[in-house]
Amino acid sequence: MAEVKTQEFQRASVKALADAKLQSLLGRSMGTFDGARQEAIEELTPQRWEEMREKGRAIKRHTLDNLDYYLELLYDRVTQNGGQVHFARDAQEARNIVGQIARSRGLKLAIKSKSMVSEEMSLNPYLEEMGVEPVETDLGEYIIQLAQETPFHIIAPAMHKTKEDVSQLFEEKIQRPNLKNIEEMAGAAREVLREKLVNADMGITGANFLVAETGTLVLVTNEGNGRFCTSVPRVLVSITGMEKLIPSLEDLGVFMRLLPRAATGQRITSYVTHVSGPRRSDDEDGPEEFHLVIVDNGRSRLLQDPDLRESLYCIRCGACLNICPVYHKVGGHAYGWVYPGPIGAVVSPVMVGLNKAKDLPHASSLCGACRDVCPIKINIPRMLLKLRTQLAESSDSTQRKVSIGEKLMAKGYRRLMSSPKLLSLTHRLGRLAQRPLLRKGLIRTIPFPPFSRWTRSRDLPPLASKPFRQIWAEKLGKER
Amino acid sequence: MSQSPQIKASLFATCLVDQLFPEVGESVVRVLRRQGVEVDFPPDQTCCGQPLFNSGFRKDAIHLGRRVLKSFAHSQYVVVPSGSCAAMMKVFYPELFDDDPELGPQAKALSDKVYEFSQFLVKVLDVTDVGASYQGKVTYHPACHLLRELGVSKEPEALLRGVTGLDYVELPEGATCCGFGGTFSVKYPGISEGMLNDKLDNVVKTGAQVLTACDSSCLMHIGGALTRRGIDVKAVHLAQLLTGEG
Repeated sequence: MAEVKTQEFQRASVKALADAKLQSLLGRSMGTFDGARQEAIEELTPQRWEEMREKGRAIKRHTLDNLDYYLELLYDRVTQNGGQVHFARDAQEARNIVGQIARSRGLKLAIKSKSMVSEEMSLNPYLEEMGVEPVETDLGEYIIQLAQETPFHIIAPAMHKTKEDVSQLFEEKIQRPNLKNIEEMAGAAREVLREKLVNADMGITGANFLVAETGTLVLVTNEGNGRFCTSVPRVLVSITGMEKLIPSLEDLGVFMRLLPRAATGQRITSYVTHVSGPRRSDDEDGPEEFHLVIVDNGRSRLLQDPDLRESLYCIRCGACLNICPVYHKVGGHAYGWVYPGPIGAVVSPVMVGLNKAKDLPHASSLCGACRDVCPIKINIPRMLLKLRTQLAESSDSTQRKVSIGEKLMAKGYRRLMSSPKLLSLTHRLGRLAQRPLLRKGLIRTIPFPPFSRWTRSRDLPPLASKPFRQIWAEKLGKER
Repeated sequence: MSQSPQIKASLFATCLVDQLFPEVGESVVRVLRRQGVEVDFPPDQTCCGQPLFNSGFRKDAIHLGRRVLKSFAHSQYVVVPSGSCAAMMKVFYPELFDDDPELGPQAKALSDKVYEFSQFLVKVLDVTDVGASYQGKVTYHPACHLLRELGVSKEPEALLRGVTGLDYVELPEGATCCGFGGTFSVKYPGISEGMLNDKLDNVVKTGAQVLTACDSSCLMHIGGALTRRGIDVKAVHLAQLLTGEG
């Protein structure tokens, strides 16, 4: 499994906030992404968008409620089409399956189109170790592969790289110095990749959708690299989670309206690739073998939890990242695992273990903007709350991760707020205690946490001379 | 006022208004009384439990929620000068008490009676002009829960436009969170401040003298930074503007 750094969210977020270059980049680019989405919705009309969202959501719900049926249907169809379906319980099993295919057929060069599941599995280092050269062919993925980093964003993996960064990277890693503009850089990458594309004996892809009734794998790309990966190499291996299943081609129409608009504001992507099995005798090209690897890797745990299940409705468009004010500040790497942003804060804790990712469910002001933009209306804030409750109250002690201090505060607050008398008494004591802290009627500094974490940048109003309840009792309640 | 039977509303003051901003509660009472509403204040009330609920302490939130259900059981309407506390009672209580055969129906009944202050004025009383006047440029920050849990977006603006002399100016990127988020502001002060800075920049851009909102929590957050930075913009609850006390 990909290296888990979710434990370091606190530190990583502080580091990201102090990174001036990253901050200016995030400030400049995030709004543009969401602007494109809004325009696309305006063009479609918001009413129609709502209809599509409802439909998409209903299809996802139906498919997951009948997952066994559709998985079996998909299995039958892919097999009938001449493909092979493999099931992997976890990242390790998935790697072994892919490795075994490469090894037994003596494959040496694998071209990859973008796959987040392959990131979950840390597939590239594994392939390298066994002597297979993996080459990312999506430009963004190629850049981060050269930089030996992980994706910063679900659909824009290298968005944290400036063109100067990429220029330097291309000079160091592929010996193409002095590239000034983006066209030149894309051209250089194209030259290097073209040679790999035509010589590869293995293609590796993810999946955007799996159509059960026809056994079809659907890829949406803008660079055409997905088409290369699925048609040139003699062996094609597609790796995906079971949540990508949809029942029919008709359903695909709904998602093809939702995904590009939510992701990039496009009406449709430049390429939409359908793969229904290996090359047939009358096909001009296509792989001799087609393997579909369906990976669980924690998804069953999401499926089994009625409150978290809808996180599997996600179509990985990245719209929640683009709108999230927290993501805007900390970026993608701070989240510490494959999936960043609001949806990552929900799925990562379940996939890597809540005890390792206790900070993620709290890394949100619960503003709800993610739910507003989600093309499937996934209720992310509710799921974050659910995870917070698990952290605070779970009967399973491995899941319960709450500091003693926090617990005492909660109990103290409950006690205080259970008694108006105690509240009034505390108010009077608080009035005395705050006196030395007052400067021009405001509290500027409280030297101990958690208050110090407030007053480091904001003033705090003092307790009022009389609480409202007293004003009411003495005067206001008697007036009319 | 009209001859129709008098509307009775119980005020849920919220703990912030009770302890820190009682003047907001006084304004709410004045505005409602001017509209002919009979206002009462159930003295047992404290906190709706939202801070606990949002921190994951569901059982403790239920404990406080029970008190609220009891205190407001006989109210005709419950008016709350906070979008997030109103959302707690209107949206989250029915979920929280869903599997309780006795309290579940009570939570639903309360939910139907709860209105955020601006929502109550516009939706229940059907007024947008409360007879207030204010000279100056005012901008409005839509609080997240008010906007997204309660769906209140037009009401506060309509009320502001109803204030004589008030120059309303829209806040750029208004619907973006100010970074308060309850305990979020102290759990992740750095992220919270980053969000707050963006909000302050937008507030300053408007050139308004007053920033208003329907939630004292957001106002405490944004206002606390305005005074800290010495920015000459006052953070004032909508109810105060509607009594002409900005």
